[in-house]
Formats: sequence, structure tokens, C-alpha cells
Amino acid sequence: MGIIEAILLTVVTAATPLVLAAIGELVTERAGVLNLGVEGMMIMGAVLAFAATQATGSPYVGILAGIGGGALFSLLFGFLTLTLVANQVATGLALTILGLGISGQIGEAYVGMSGTKLPPIAIPGLSEIPYLGPLLFKQDLIFYISIALVIGVNWFLFRSRAGLKIRAIGDNHASAHALGIGVIRTRYLAVLFGGACAGLAGAQLSLVYTPQWVENMSAGRGWIALALVVFASWRPWRVLAGGYLFGAVSISQLHAQALGLGIPSQFLSALPYIATVVVLVLISHNRRMTLINTPASLGKPFVPDR
Amino acid sequence: MKKLLLALATSAAVLGFAASASAQDKTKICFIYVGSKTDGGWTQAHDIGRQALQAEFGDKIETPFLESVPEGPDAERAIERMARSGCALVFTTSFGFMDATIKVAEKFPDVKFEHATGFKSAPNVATYNSRFYEGRYIQGQIAAKMSQKGVAGYIASFPIPEVVMGINAFVHGAQSVNPDFKVKVIWANTWFDPGKEADAAKALIDQGVDILTQHTDTTAPMQVAAERGIKAFGQASDMIKAGPETQLTAIVDTWGAYYIKRTKELLDGTWKSEQVWDGLKDGILTMAPYTNMPDDVKKMAEDTEAKIRSGELHPFTGPIKKQDGSEWLKDGEKPEDGVLLGMNFYIAGVDDKLPQ
Repeated sequence: MGIIEAILLTVVTAATPLVLAAIGELVTERAGVLNLGVEGMMIMGAVLAFAATQATGSPYVGILAGIGGGALFSLLFGFLTLTLVANQVATGLALTILGLGISGQIGEAYVGMSGTKLPPIAIPGLSEIPYLGPLLFKQDLIFYISIALVIGVNWFLFRSRAGLKIRAIGDNHASAHALGIGVIRTRYLAVLFGGACAGLAGAQLSLVYTPQWVENMSAGRGWIALALVVFASWRPWRVLAGGYLFGAVSISQLHAQALGLGIPSQFLSALPYIATVVVLVLISHNRRMTLINTPASLGKPFVPDR
Repeated sequence: MKKLLLALATSAAVLGFAASASAQDKTKICFIYVGSKTDGGWTQAHDIGRQALQAEFGDKIETPFLESVPEGPDAERAIERMARSGCALVFTTSFGFMDATIKVAEKFPDVKFEHATGFKSAPNVATYNSRFYEGRYIQGQIAAKMSQKGVAGYIASFPIPEVVMGINAFVHGAQSVNPDFKVKVIWANTWFDPGKEADAAKALIDQGVDILTQHTDTTAPMQVAAERGIKAFGQASDMIKAGPETQLTAIVDTWGAYYIKRTKELLDGTWKSEQVWDGLKDGILTMAPYTNMPDDVKKMAEDTEAKIRSGELHPFTGPIKKQDGSEWLKDGEKPEDGVLLGMNFYIAGVDDKLPQ
């Protein structure tokens, strides 16, 4: 295995949770809901995936538990902000703090246990392709899901009727309501989707990235995912590009350090953030397009008046 | 956004603590942790010490603690809340709490503080530290014997004296066995991020190291080492569970005896501000069992450990040059503690550029 290939494999592992959490949040925000609780849903997914895997011995049950845990946790957010019309920003922050706390409590029994790593699935034929094969077609299930989700969400949002409804709600919920679209119901579904994706991202952390449970193990990745959505101006392909760019720069800077190139490590550590923001801002530089893509009702509560 | 979250998290933690603090007749011995008490490394070692303290004094004391307190302005707030809530003695257990501890101590002259691993003290602020470098020197020797390629990987956290001293000791120990031994260093710029620590471990292994050592807090690097089939050293706690066939040994912090001694002094009224720096011989630092190595390497490690314990060997004994080629220690000369505690330079033989 060459060094480039080794680096790229590590990049895929580092980027997958960011892409997953960001693509979920993208759908939530396209429906006009700002859920800042990504970190909390992610960590809940991580702990539940680990716990379920320990209990059953199957990491696939773990994946389901992660998805379910994230979704269930987002339901709490949905109930508070959509039904009780609580402030979305405050509720999202509370969700993160709550998630970090509860996950620590649940996970206490699992600290120090070695986990089960999700095995890679080689796709016959394709995985034999030199270089690209092992990279793209000899990965674990969660990686395949993450790519499928980006393609699927892109198609869904811009090519399907339901996607159009979601975007309509996100842009102007009053008009969408007047047209007879179920604003609250659709937003619930979008929030649930976001939670499920964040939960799956968490499962990736505790089943693939570092197969173990450590309190607080998401270590801010939920916040990076949130930022990715904004800097990608709510476009699925840009989320994918941003996630991989962030991963690639993070891993490259570690290699640059190990090579002893003599670049200050503090600068190298900041580089993934700088590079990702700069590149995404550059590709989203068209102000008019950015405005069109920004969900105009983002974060605004909706109370049907009749 | 992350800052805001951390601030909120801290205040939430502080509120939770305030609610649980009730009984007034017990002496409160308080702890501030930088990580989670179950991190499997640094903070867990402190929490085991706290539990030993609680068990020793039973009903006479209470030992509330705050976990995951970020270094920086939030730390000051957290420490101040602790002091205000009636703690008689506060242990602040991370280097980055140093300035915050000193600041809060000025406002609360009647409360005693103990700061781990720092170098600033005051009449009511003592410092305590462990001579981790003794263990790192032994690890360096083991690495030089065990490595086939003659290159070890070192995952470092922040370029503070404590960590720089560890790298120097490791390299010096390794080169006492194999003068050509090399160490590749990655600065993770975090104490605690399993993913990033694992990435750093993978990067080092991909670049050809076959021994891994870390100065970060989680077992993720050990796990990567196990997966890739190389050997590694544990940090702060015995990490053998994360790598039963991987861990060679670990530096294990055993703070309990120190916490008990200082609390006893506080209760007796004999507590004084001191700068304590104990090592292997005092039992504040122990080596996890030497495993996964041949008998001759194990014997060498045990001999070195015995010599350090007896005072026969100081890991930093001259002649040692600085990285820039200037002389640091003359033949047979040993460094003063103050110099070690403020160590901000590499010694000759370290193949890395120190971040400034």
C-alpha cells in the first residue's frame, strides 16, 4: 500500500462523519429549521451504537441503534421547537449539552472496552480496480450510505415534488401553508432525517473511526458539520466537497508534521478550517445564487393562524 | 460557536455542582478536571486519586468535582465557583489552569489551591507534579530495543515544558541504547480528541514508525497500534485493555497518596504552600507491567527503573547538547529542577522543529 493510498484511506474515514451529519442538517435547514443540536445527536448515536453492538455482537444492529437514537433525540427537539414553538437556537444548544451529558451517563459502563469494528465490504469486480478500488469499493457500509445519501438528497431536493415542498417551506412557510402544504408535519420529518443522519455519523465514530466509547468523543465534529452546511450554501455536492476537503487537509497536516517540514504546528492545525472556509466561500461567491439557496425562513418559528 | 457551547456547558456543570453541594459540616476538597473522569487516561488517573481520598477520610470530607472544564477563561469561572461554594482545598489538575488558579487564589486568600504540573505558586497555591520524564526515559530505552526500523512515533499535545521534557527524555533514553534512533513527532494541538489522535497514529504508522508513544489522553492511538500490529506505550493510565498484545508498558499516575497526605495536612492545620515534584521513588509515578517484550529488554527496563529509584541514574545526565549544538549539560552534570520545569528547547538528537 503506497503512502498516498494510505493517506486517502484515512481521509475517507475522517470525512465520512462530517458529510453524514452535514447532509442531514442540510435537509433540516432546507425545511427552515435550524437545529444546533447536531453534536448532541451525534454523540447519542455514538453511545447507542456502541452499546447495541456490545449487547448483540453485531455492528449492524449498532448502526440501527445509532440511527434510531439520533432520530429519537431529534424528535425531542422537534417537539419543543415545532409543537411548543420554543426558540430553535436555545433548544439546539440545550440538545447538545443534554446529549453530551446523557451519553456520558449511558456510556459509563462501556469506557475502556474494546469495540467491534464494522467490517469493510468489498464490491466484487470494482474493488479490484487499482488505486480507486480499495479506496471507494472496499469500504464499510456507512461510507456507502454516506455517498448514496448525498446523491439521493441532491436528487430529492431538486428533482422531486416532495423536495420542492421542503424548499418551499424553508423559503416561506406562510405561503407554503396557504398552498395547503403541511408545514409542521414536513418539518418534523426533516428534523427526524437530520437526527437519523447525525446518529449514523455518531455510529461511524464508535464503530469505524475509533471503535471504542470515550465520553465526548465527537469532539466538536457536529459543529464542523453545521458550519459546512452554511459555507456550502445549502448545496449537497458542496457539502460532500467541503467534508472531504476538510478531511484531506486535516490528514495532510499530520503527515506534514511527521515529515518534519518545519511548518509551525499551530498553523497546520488551523489549516483545515481556513482552507475549507476559503474554498467554500470561493465556490459560493455568487451572491445572488447564495441568496436563492439560503432558506429564507431558517430559524423562524411557524404558528399556523388558522 | 464552540466557545459559546463550552461556556454554556461549563455553567451547566457549575449549576449541577452547586445543587449537589449541601452538607456544610464536612470539609470540602474539590477537583477541577480538564477531561472526562472516564477518559481512560489523565483525568481518570486523577479521579482514581480522588476516590482513594474519599475512601480514606469517609464521612469527614466531601470531594465534589467538575469535569471537562476547558482551559482558558471558562476555567477561571469554574474555579471561582468552586472557591465560592465553600471548598477548603481545590486541586486544579491541568497545566492550562495555571493562570486561572493564581488569579482566583488572589481573590480567595483563605482557600487553599493545588495546581498540577505548573510552575507558578502563591502563599495559598501549592504545585505538585510527577517526574513523568523518568518513565519516558525507560520507554525510550525499550523503544530502541524493540523497534526494527529504528523510528518511533510520538503524538504530542501542546508545546509546553512538560511535553517537551517528555520528548527529550524519550529520545535521550532511546539514543542511550541506539545512537541513531529517530523519533517523528506530531503535535495534535489537543489533549482529548480520539479521532484526531487516531489519525495522527495512522499518519505516523503510514510513514514507517513501528513503535508509538503518546502524550494525549485517550486510548485511540493504542487501539490503532493494535490494529496495525505494532507496539505502543500507554499514557497516564494503564491502557493494557485497549491493546493486550500491544502495550509495552505505560506511565501510570498514582495521585491518591499525595491527595491523602495533603488533605491530612489541611485538616491538621499544617498545610503549607510547597512545590512538590515526586517521581518513581515516591510512588506518585509507577510503570505498568512490562509486557509484550523479550526477557532481556524487560530486564534492562527493570534495571533502569531500579537505578532511577535509587537515585543512581538521573535521566538527564551530561554531556547533553541542545538541538542547536550549544552545550546544555557538562559531563556528569545534572539539571536543576527549575530548568527542567521550564524546558522550552529540544536536546540534540530530536529530529523535529519545536513549535514556538
